[in-house]
Amino acid sequence: MSNFFEKSDLSRKEAESIISDTLQKCDDGELYLENSKSESILLDDNKIKNSSYNSDLGFGFRAISDEVVAYSHSNEISKNSLKQSSENLKSTLKSVKGTYNHEIPKSNKKYYDNINPIEQKSLNEKIKILNDVNDYLRSKGDKVKQVTANFLGEQKSVEIIRSGGETLSDVRPLVRFNVSVMVEKDGRKETGVYGVGGRQSYDSYLKDENWKSVCDEALRIASVNLESKPAPAGEMKVVLGPGWPAILIHEAVGHGLEGDFNRKKTSAFHNLMGQKVASEGVTIIDDGTIDNRRGSLTIDDEGTPTEKTVLIENGILKNFMQDRLNARLMKTRSTGSGRRENYRHIVLPRMRNTMMLSGKQTQEEMIKAVDKGIFAVSFGGGQVDITSGKFVFNCTEAYEIVNGKIGSPIKGATLIGDGPSILKEVSMVGNDMMMDPGIGTCGKAGQGVPVGVAQPSILINKMTVGGTKL
Amino acid sequence: MVKDQEFLEKKASYCLGLAKKLGATDSSVIVKNSISETVNFRNKKLDESNRSDDLGLSITTYIGKKKSSISSSNLLNDNLNILIEKCIETTKNTPEDEFNSLPDRDLFAKEVKDLNLYDETHIENNQKIDYLKKLEAAASNDKKIVNTESSFTQNKSNFVLANSEGFCDGYKTSSFTASSVTVAKDEKSMERDYEYSSKCFIKDLEDAGKLGKQAADQTIRKLSPKKIGSKKIAIIFDKRIAKGMLGAFASAISSSAISRGTSFLKDKVNQKIFSDKINVLDKPDILKGLGSRNFDSEGVKTNTLKLVDQGVLKHYLIDTYNGKKLDLKSNGRCGGTSNLYFENGNISLKDLLNSKSKSLYITETIGHGSNIVTGDYSVGATGFLVENGEFKYPINEITIAGNFKDMFQNITLANDLEFKYATNSPTMMIEGMVVAGK
Repeated sequence: MSNFFEKSDLSRKEAESIISDTLQKCDDGELYLENSKSESILLDDNKIKNSSYNSDLGFGFRAISDEVVAYSHSNEISKNSLKQSSENLKSTLKSVKGTYNHEIPKSNKKYYDNINPIEQKSLNEKIKILNDVNDYLRSKGDKVKQVTANFLGEQKSVEIIRSGGETLSDVRPLVRFNVSVMVEKDGRKETGVYGVGGRQSYDSYLKDENWKSVCDEALRIASVNLESKPAPAGEMKVVLGPGWPAILIHEAVGHGLEGDFNRKKTSAFHNLMGQKVASEGVTIIDDGTIDNRRGSLTIDDEGTPTEKTVLIENGILKNFMQDRLNARLMKTRSTGSGRRENYRHIVLPRMRNTMMLSGKQTQEEMIKAVDKGIFAVSFGGGQVDITSGKFVFNCTEAYEIVNGKIGSPIKGATLIGDGPSILKEVSMVGNDMMMDPGIGTCGKAGQGVPVGVAQPSILINKMTVGGTKL
Repeated sequence: MVKDQEFLEKKASYCLGLAKKLGATDSSVIVKNSISETVNFRNKKLDESNRSDDLGLSITTYIGKKKSSISSSNLLNDNLNILIEKCIETTKNTPEDEFNSLPDRDLFAKEVKDLNLYDETHIENNQKIDYLKKLEAAASNDKKIVNTESSFTQNKSNFVLANSEGFCDGYKTSSFTASSVTVAKDEKSMERDYEYSSKCFIKDLEDAGKLGKQAADQTIRKLSPKKIGSKKIAIIFDKRIAKGMLGAFASAISSSAISRGTSFLKDKVNQKIFSDKINVLDKPDILKGLGSRNFDSEGVKTNTLKLVDQGVLKHYLIDTYNGKKLDLKSNGRCGGTSNLYFENGNISLKDLLNSKSKSLYITETIGHGSNIVTGDYSVGATGFLVENGEFKYPINEITIAGNFKDMFQNITLANDLEFKYATNSPTMMIEGMVVAGK
């Protein structure tokens, strides 16, 4: 745990008194302190290209009055700097009354261990694995032309000090191991990418040469794409595989169910609470409490313990995801979804691990039910326009389905759909729910935060596939 | 006030000195301070104020051909001592790479021209508020507008780049940015659009009323969109989307993609990759330019490059490491392009819109659908159906797809280039792409 005041001319007591003085007439606010250490080790083109280490320390001071948020951050934890921030906040919030007094709920649950993954494995060991990855993949034949592999590790200590001196803290480990491989055959080049990660030590994911299965998967995707044909263009049925394809859920409905967009009525879902927004059998939750998952948090960045929030239950819209600000303005409670990339950013309601729960059908039944369509197994990134509800995502592994049978692989194509209506087009929900491998980062308002997704196989009756073959 | 040159240089030289003492044979350091002040409005009321003061440093140390780097926002000497020691330790344990080195001495920028990138003016928060009030009034004038969010940011930055070869330079830059995002609603639909202006000098910033009205107009015209059928049709890209083609082009000619063999433009220098009339320039010395600079992030002098001359690719974007690997000299593009643009075409926007009986005018794309390895392109899009030069109706929930290799050969440019971003394009038409819709 970090002692943020150890090397500062500012004592904890003085900080508490500045915080209480600044926030006394406000509706909410806090001092957020953060100390993060991160590393990146990259192998590329047969060589260790980069070994870097970052140490970041700073605070963000927030005061809220009614709907107005004043924020000031600095990477200098000192008396002068905090006072300057305090003045800055006070100058924005001139007339304030102060009514909100929602306590932060308490919980003793922890969803990951207090470890520093960077220190748990020596640099030489990490370099050795990266070199082994390179040798292993290049031994798979001449078609392997490029290998990139990297380790990303982080330990982030946060402390939240509220008016009156209430203090909440958390130490968050996070690792990711990624492999990308490019293959070439007859002048044609394709890439496959795969990775694993979460809030544990590197070894939890890589022991017993487990890295080989990550390599195998990346190579398998690249090899499949070498044989791919141009994707079809137009509306058709789409079967999504389990696990990572749940970024469809993340983009299509997740963002639209974040509290801020609904308070501001800019989300296509803002007037649909309690209504049917999905087919029967579709239940979607956002869960911050799964042990060691990339999107899990013991407490959110406002200090609220995270929870399992039911968003859609059997087709009916039940809850939005809330931070304290939007919860107060919408007269509800925080769901522990207040997150920020780091101390430089304000808190926003964000997703954690967004999951569609299992139904009863099998993937085989879904494929059989499709005359003409595609089977999408893996995706790159996605994006959504919250207001119009339109969302896209890019297939990185997909196949055509012809007369109930899986056919040739097809080239990476964008799928586009309409968030509020897509879940009504779900006609089968599989019995094979799977978590993603732990590699997702969600971007919103310029802030990236680690998230997870999960889903079973699903059949969607109608989506537009953005291929080139008419 | 943003930290002055003297402070930044002192920190930089402390790091270089310590790295040398601890055994580095070479080192480079960048120290940067950036102060931003933002005010946000929503529905004509103050919504958020945000001040950020970021001071950071990043140092790369070399021991022979071994290299490692660290970065930190904690510039206290105590902390730097620990970090630089750690960096040296890591460097020792990192394998050699024969291409690791500082730039060749003769390539460093010798003189730093004043490119007019810093405006002393300080815009107080109440002046930002006045601007935003005017902007939001104009943006919410029409009843169809149901939500407005606007923002004004002033940024002042200063940096010093120094290395053990004796290079030590840096300069201040400023930017003033205003933006407005509006939401419009009718019985059938809700749509969002935006307008934006960013300048080095406050007096060049777009008028608040004009900016707000533009955002609102662009949003309202998107209401009640239709979906069209899948087909091949000529596509006209609004300037704000057309510049993205240059972004993809720049990624594909970066020396790292070329040396790794992961670009569809590998080995294409001196080959025709665009149609005859296309010229692409990267010009770093435009006064007040948003991408202007004297040298790249390694200190190498940045000269103007005609990247594409009459359709023929002339240069890659080269940094020191990949340059050595490709046996080419750095052309000062470590960190990417400066002010990158297509030269104007020779027909007006009106004639371009009129050139086909039917075309699609695209104002927004979503998704990350550019594959630099294969050249495949597929993104979600919204826009308008254009018939005989006129906007007929808005269109959404479609995708557009093609391959850059073909798309680049089929570009026609209008003559309406303006320097609104660091990367800019005139309005662009591409024929032969596929639209997927109904």
